[in-house]
Amino acid sequence: MDDLMLNQFLLLSAILFSTGVYGVLAKRNAVIVLMSIELILNAVNINLVAFGAHNGTIAGSVFALFVIAVAAAEVGVGLAMVLVIYRNRKSVDLDEVAQMKG
Amino acid sequence: MVAQNIFFYVIAAVMAFSAIRVVTVKNVVHAAMYLVLVLAGVAAQYVLLASEFLAATQVLIYIGAIVVLVLFGVMLTRAKLGEDVNLTNDYWYVGAFTGVILFVLLATSLLDHFGDEPLDQANASTQISGNTEQVADALFAPYLVPFQAVSVLLLAALVGAIALARKD
Repeated sequence: MDDLMLNQFLLLSAILFSTGVYGVLAKRNAVIVLMSIELILNAVNINLVAFGAHNGTIAGSVFALFVIAVAAAEVGVGLAMVLVIYRNRKSVDLDEVAQMKG
Repeated sequence: MVAQNIFFYVIAAVMAFSAIRVVTVKNVVHAAMYLVLVLAGVAAQYVLLASEFLAATQVLIYIGAIVVLVLFGVMLTRAKLGEDVNLTNDYWYVGAFTGVILFVLLATSLLDHFGDEPLDQANASTQISGNTEQVADALFAPYLVPFQAVSVLLLAALVGAIALARKD
């Protein structure tokens, strides 16, 4: 029990992932939804690096780097979209963006 | 090894608390600050996993760039800087239900499958001298094409963000 366990990291990442999913589903502010997506992506990264260390391969770290790059692109475009929504409606409330609703 | 475990649990407790605060706090700027704590905790976990290059990248890109971008987003959308109005939608309990179910499912299956497998310290200790070189070797030999694709993706995101957000 003295060594670091693989499960420690996986469970921590599960906590972050579930919290992020709750944030995406339950929050009205578009910026907080973007922050929750960052939580989810970080949970994935912890998993990748932990499995990489577990298997003794560097691929986990490399894929985590790719995920970080994609997250940077995602948050850039996402915030630009939030700005456009704000400019058109003077609000970032996602409950008001409901034109697609049947 | 015991010291590593102590560090892990202290950092993990801070991270779990901050992550929950990110989605429950009533002030958007405070949520961003709690997000900084979570991201710094992730960087610390990377150090525990002997991936110091990734830890540096995490600090530079997430804490340095993404959080600043999010704060710009908060300011430009003029979310009220005090206690905000109700930030949670009417169906928050569906989200809470999904989150709890998801966590229970993940936790039980992880405990079931990975029981008490140790993180392979033999491999980690060979990397303890620094895995930056290994990351560079992997990135520029077997993963060169994905690396270039990510460069193009970042350029496309840059152009797309400017095209979306400029005023005309």
